[in-house]
Formats: sequence, C-alpha cells, structure tokens
Amino acid sequence: MDQIQMTLLEQITGLHEVPAGAYNIRANGESVQRSTTAHIDIVTKEDKPGIDIIIRPGTKNESVHIPVVLSQSGLTEMVYNDFHIGEDCDVTIVAGCGIHNGGDRDSKHDGIHSFYVGKGSRIRYVEKHYGSGEGTGERIMNPITNVELAENSYMEMETVQIKGVDSTKRITNATIGDGAKLIITERLMTHGSQYAESEFNVDLNGIDSSTNVISRAVAKDDSRQLFLAKINGNQKCAGHSECDAIIMGNAKISAVPEITANCVDAELIHEAAIGKIAGEQLIKLMTLGLTEAQAEEQIVNGFLK
Amino acid sequence: MLELVNLSFQVPDSTGKPKEIIKNINLTLKDHTLTAITGPNGGGKSTLAKLIMGIERPTSGRILFDGLDITDMSITERANAGISFAFQQPVRFKGVKVKDLITLAAGSKLSTAGACEYLSKVGLCARDYINRDVDGSLSGGELKRIEIATIIARNTPLSVFDEPEAGIDLWSFNNLIKVFEALHETSENSLLIISHQERILNIADEIVVIADGLVKAQGPKDSILPELLNGTEGCKFYQ
Ligand SMILES: Nc1ncnc2c1ncn2[C@@H]1O[C@H](COP(=O)(O)OP(=O)(O)O)[C@@H](O)[C@H]1O
Ligand SMILES: [Mg+2]
Repeated sequence: MDQIQMTLLEQITGLHEVPAGAYNIRANGESVQRSTTAHIDIVTKEDKPGIDIIIRPGTKNESVHIPVVLSQSGLTEMVYNDFHIGEDCDVTIVAGCGIHNGGDRDSKHDGIHSFYVGKGSRIRYVEKHYGSGEGTGERIMNPITNVELAENSYMEMETVQIKGVDSTKRITNATIGDGAKLIITERLMTHGSQYAESEFNVDLNGIDSSTNVISRAVAKDDSRQLFLAKINGNQKCAGHSECDAIIMGNAKISAVPEITANCVDAELIHEAAIGKIAGEQLIKLMTLGLTEAQAEEQIVNGFLK
Repeated sequence: MLELVNLSFQVPDSTGKPKEIIKNINLTLKDHTLTAITGPNGGGKSTLAKLIMGIERPTSGRILFDGLDITDMSITERANAGISFAFQQPVRFKGVKVKDLITLAAGSKLSTAGACEYLSKVGLCARDYINRDVDGSLSGGELKRIEIATIIARNTPLSVFDEPEAGIDLWSFNNLIKVFEALHETSENSLLIISHQERILNIADEIVVIADGLVKAQGPKDSILPELLNGTEGCKFYQ
C-alpha cells in the first residue's frame, strides 16, 4: 500500500499498522492483505465481489477489521460482505471506507454488509467513513447494512461520517428476535454542498426485543441531510429513535421519524430536534475567552464526540 | 479596578417605547475588594453584570477596567482582559464534559487531578462529575456549583458572580462562603457578588444596593448592612 492508502487506513481504523486478529484490507478494488484466526475465517466470494466472514460459535474477545480504501480516481465498486456470527460470541467488528479522490472523475464505494448474529452473541460494529483529495471528482459512499439478530443477541452499531464525503445514502435494515437488542449511534457532519441521507428500518419481531436509534448530526454551509427512522413494533417490544441536529449557515435538515405499533404491548417513542447552536452556549464559551468561531467549533466537536 | 461612568441601558418595551433598565449609574469598585450587590428582584442587578461582561451593550456611558476603556470590547476581549462571569442561570451543553469546561476556563492543559481540585472546592465529589456532560442530566444546584468552579479556575482579576447561592443546599452554602472568603484573602483579585444572602453580604467589604435601575445606597458593609437588616430602615432601599 502507498502513503495515501496508509493515511486513509489510519483515518478510518485509527490504526498505524496492520490490525491484530482477523482482517481483510481492500484497496482499489482488490483484497491486498488478509489474516484469519483459529476462530474467524475470511473467504472470498465466488459469485460476486466481497467476502464471507465466518465467526465460530463461542468466539470471545476477538476482533475483525475489514477496511476499504480507494485512491484511484474514477473507481466505482459494489461489494458484498456477509458476517456469519455463531452463537455465544463476543466480538468487535471494525469496517470503514476511505476515499481519496485527486482526479476529476467520481469515485464510489457501495458496500452491502449483512450480519447474521447467532443466539446470545454480542457484537460491537464500528464503521467510519472518510474522504480526502483536492480533485473535482466526487467521493460517494452508499452503504447498506442488513442485520438479523437471533434470540437474546445484542448488537451495538456506531457509524461516523464527519469529513470529506460528498454524497452518501445509507440504509440500515434490521430484524430483531426474541429478547434481542440493537443500539445504533450515528454521527454525521456535512459541509460545503454535501448531501447525506440516512434511513433506518427496524422490525421488532421478537417478544421483548428492543432498539435505540440515536443520530447526532451537524449540517454546515449549503449541505443537506435527510434522516428517516422507521420502527415497527410487531410484538411486546420497546423502540426509541432520536435525531438531534445542529444546523448552520444555509444548510437544510429534515428528520422524518416513523413509528408503527402492530401490537398493543409495543412501546415506541421518537424524538427529533433540529436547531442552531444556542446563543447562550456561544456566549458562555466566549466569557471563558474563546472567540465566537472557536466556541462554535468546541460545541460542534463536543456534540459529535 | 472597575469604573462605571454614567452607564445607562434601555430596551424597547412592548409598545416600542424605550424602557430604562439601568439609569445613569456611576460606580467604582476598588482594587482587591469583595463587593456585594443586592436589591429587589427586577432592579437591574443581572443586567449590570451583563453590561460589565459585554453580554449587553450600554445605551450610553463608559466602562473602565483598570483604567482601560472596555465599553466597545467584545465578550472574548473582556474575558481575556481579565473579567469572569458566573451566570445566574448556567448554560447546559450536550457533549461538553465538566472537565472540558473547567479546562477551557483554566486556559491551559489541566490534569484530571487539577480539574478535580476545583470541583472539590465547590463541594462536588470530583470523581463522580469530571466525565459527565454539562447537560440536562445535572441538577440545578450541581450545575450552579460547576459554574462557580469554572470561575475559580479562571482566576482573573475580576470575577462577577450572579446569585451564586441560588439552588445550593445548606451544607454547600457554608462551604461556598468559605470559598469566597479564601478567594478574597489569598489573592489580589476582586470579587463582585450579586446576592440576597445576609451571610454573603456579611463577608463583603462594600455593599451596593441597586433598585429600579439606580444605586440606592453604597458604602462599607458596616454602615450599609445594619440598615438593610433593620426592618423599617431597610425598607427605604426597597421603595
Ligand atoms: N434584554 C431585555 N429586554 C427587556 N427587558 C429586560 C431585558 N433585560 C432585562 N430586562 C428587564 O429589566 C429588569 C431588570 O432585570 P434584571 O437585571 O434581571 O434584574 P435583577 O437581576 O436585579 O433581578 C427586569 O424587569 C427585566 O425584565
Ligand atoms: Mg438577576
């Protein structure tokens, strides 16, 4: 890998070297490095681009990193990654995509990640998106995440996109089984003329299933964002969605929460709040010696942390 | 240290006519003094504090800080010139941690132990608070004490506290008095405390009574406080 690719990798994984445990690094449309462990196997798909990640039942305290970097302007790819997670696992999965576009043609990565989480397993899934490069070509990412949670399993999904992605359309579909729980935390910042759309469809199908979808977003300049959160309560269950957004400059944000109770014991709540930074917050930080611009930055960074 | 010269502040009332909130106030705070401002609700005390910090701008008059005319300075410039202000109603933030706020206030990198020291001074068990967000999850009294801790951390020549006692329980209140006394005794800094509490007024060097946008009385504690406490005479300030 070259320097640009290493920088991208560092941005999305926070790692300065190859990760420990299982990993698969994809660069400019090809798998360039892979490592498996006794419990985690990674197999290239035969019928389409992508990999199968197979995690054996009972695998604990292991991690899988599957970063993707694109540094070749004009590259467009569609990748399928399927995670087959056995019963009673406890693993951390780190994905993410970094695009450096120094040219004038659009670069695009569309990833479809499917998670089949076995009974009683606990998964932490972290996904970071990052774009860089001075080229006029756009950096585009359209991730789709499908999640199936079996009985009493638990998944925590953290997604972050705070720099350099021109256009993104993200869809997360989940079905939650008996006693299972899905927590989604999304952090999103757009600036310039970027556009971001994030859609969540969660079906609470199991008895005592639950979900919490939390989005924190900041839209600056002329950027636009659309947040859609649909939760269907089909059993005795608990669902909560929350969109909290700061709007600045000429940006536009829409939040469209939708909750449907198909069972009398479904308890569903949605909350959405959009507004500019409160003037008194800026004033408070200015009384501590910060300029207005520094105060704004402090508030936005804290909000997205 | 601080001089208010013919200071006035007016806002349009509901019919658009100008309403005077601060009426041509002249006031001088001496170096290294603890001055208490008291007076009835709605008298203009908070407005005066905001004028000093630059949060409100006077309609006319000047503000001098150590001889420097700060009337046209921004909030940030005044903060950096050495003025601090503890809000009557502290601001809540999502995502700003107690430690962040104290570190910003101290203006330098602060160890966790350093930040904790300021919290302990206001009677908060630091370990429980240092990593919490300064948001809706804190009670009014906790927020108020954190606000006071940030001002102590700033350690500026002039600190203005707007009703620091509000929402603070009795035990902490006793400590708060000690904190103000210690601040006063151990540094050359000046304190301006807006308060209704006799015990705070009692540790002041000077007391200023403000009502109806005017300075109704001003002088050493020993001459003003007895009059305030004496029911009939005290009433004259509140008329
Ligand atoms: N920006 C403003 N616009 C209109 N009225 C104000 C403004 N600021 C203060 N006031 C009014 O001025 C009066 C003095 O307020 P304040 O300074 O808060 O009094 P105190 O702190 O002494 O209780 C009150 O009647 C208040 O409603
Ligand atoms: Mg007041």
